[in-house]
Amino acid sequence: MTAAPLLDAHLVADRGAFHLDVRLRIGAGEVVALLGPNGAGKSTALRVLAGLHPLTAGHLTLDGVELDRPDRRRWTPPERRPVGVVFQDYLLFPHLSALDNVAFGPRRHGADRRTARDRAQRWLDRVGLAELARRRPRQLSGGQAQRVALARALAVDPTLLLLDEPLAALDAGTRLDTRAELQRHLGEHAGATLLVTHDPLDALVLADRLIIVEHGRVVQEGDGAAVTARPRTDYVARLVGLNLHRGRADGHTVRVGELTLTAADRVVGDAFVAFAPAAVALHPSRPDGSPRNVWPATVVGVQRHGDNLRVQLDGPITVAADVTPGAAAHLRLTPGQRVWAAVKAAETHAYPA
Amino acid sequence: MPARDVAAPRPARPRRRVPLALLVPAGLGLLFLVLPLAGLLARAPWSTLPQRLTEPGVLTALRLSLQTATLATLLCVGLGVPLAWLLSRVEFPGRRLVRALVTVPLVLPPVVGGVALLLVFGRRGLLGSWLDATFGVTLPFTTAGVVLAEAFVAMPFLVIAVEGALRGADPRYEEAAATLGAGRWTTFTHVTLPLVAPGIAAGAVLCWARALGEFGATITFAGNYPGRTQTMPLAVYLALETDPPAAIVLSLILLTVSVAILAGLRDRWVSAP
Repeated sequence: MTAAPLLDAHLVADRGAFHLDVRLRIGAGEVVALLGPNGAGKSTALRVLAGLHPLTAGHLTLDGVELDRPDRRRWTPPERRPVGVVFQDYLLFPHLSALDNVAFGPRRHGADRRTARDRAQRWLDRVGLAELARRRPRQLSGGQAQRVALARALAVDPTLLLLDEPLAALDAGTRLDTRAELQRHLGEHAGATLLVTHDPLDALVLADRLIIVEHGRVVQEGDGAAVTARPRTDYVARLVGLNLHRGRADGHTVRVGELTLTAADRVVGDAFVAFAPAAVALHPSRPDGSPRNVWPATVVGVQRHGDNLRVQLDGPITVAADVTPGAAAHLRLTPGQRVWAAVKAAETHAYPA
Repeated sequence: MPARDVAAPRPARPRRRVPLALLVPAGLGLLFLVLPLAGLLARAPWSTLPQRLTEPGVLTALRLSLQTATLATLLCVGLGVPLAWLLSRVEFPGRRLVRALVTVPLVLPPVVGGVALLLVFGRRGLLGSWLDATFGVTLPFTTAGVVLAEAFVAMPFLVIAVEGALRGADPRYEEAAATLGAGRWTTFTHVTLPLVAPGIAAGAVLCWARALGEFGATITFAGNYPGRTQTMPLAVYLALETDPPAAIVLSLILLTVSVAILAGLRDRWVSAP
């Protein structure tokens, strides 16, 4: 980004023993996903941005206005921030109709009842729920409630839109449609958007850029392609379904523990090696032939994985291998069995750690 | 009798025997609660009832009781709901102590409450002498004094009920309101109050019922002047000494009116979804 980002924040916050320290920069119209396991600090970051939890240090600047800065004793209460939030379980006011839920924000921002309702009606039209305006939240399905919550958050024209696990409460079928719908609305939102999620698919589909947090810190940042191709922690590797190991590289070889792997890329120094489970072939005896990384391994477990079987292997390195049911039957894979694992050098990727 | 069929799930639940050790005391408990009311009905002077009902003193006491109990309830709602909100939503030092103080009138004998009210609001009381000197207002032995005494005794019922409702209400709705631009006062009036409205209604009903039956604090602080401070319970007590059948009639009226109003309110407000 060349222009100054709309959101520029260094969030330092404490919640009991938990410590959060995350830097965030989001441009206008950009959608950033904050991705991480449970307890990583995603929700705390969102609460701090919304003004529902205090910063202990750092700063929060939105559209050139410094909202929070503890060392200058500056703090802006939530109701005076240009921030909209879609909460995980939506928190639609149960005593108000869908229309009045959406009109609530405009009303508080000074619009008279009629203007606020007109505005709310237009937003309900935009999310395709015009005919459900009179319904109470408990008469709405999960997907409809999610859209009302989105309309409610957007109706105040927020500079920063925060979404907390917006699809987590939905069943699989609804999720697909709602995700597509959400993608369209986020694309139209001119402000900055931060999406908090633990679902890599939501993050990859909805966000322009991913920020991955673990234990209150950013562990990796980048667009979807970069993160999926070059994971930097076990958590990210699991998310994107890659085998990841850390070792020392010298040219095309990377030493991981006692094993030396040959990689397609040339790196010197500390390096990560990544390869897909589908790239791992299993053999009953030591294979030879084209340039391959080969090592003896022991089967630890076998699970269904899509149309294939995922085999967990122990050995000099622990890896996951995907094999077809046919191959599994041929190898008679059972836990404890010894096999040979092989990965082509061309499918082994190395990059600096 | 349907045949036993283990495999097919049935909507009807299997009947299980109720243990006698629970059934007997439960029945006795019910009897203990209902029998005195039945006694009231059995001993009522039914033949002279229409004539006794129209006696002017009866209606005056009834009207006064209903008026003062309602005013006391309004006073309790006006002061008690904000107090309950403070106790449930704001962290402040000594909150536990305040919560304990609020419940004191529950355990205090009402007569003692009346004496305490006299010491504060009496003509020579701590606040009463100032009220008298500054505004010329005297509370003891007036209808306002009845309202005050009833409110003092009944307020804990309201505060406890509303605080319970507030603690049960999800505070994240208030956070959602804040992110939409609502300040604390607007959030209270537009989100918190509607969410706990059933709790406030239930608390107000309890409070009203307690105020209607108030005796000890009222007679101590406000005295027993017909038309001014003599509420139904006081009239019942007085009649018991001079004209027992009249006491029974008054009791029946009080019982009928309170049950009718509570039942009406219950359907309308308390059990509302």
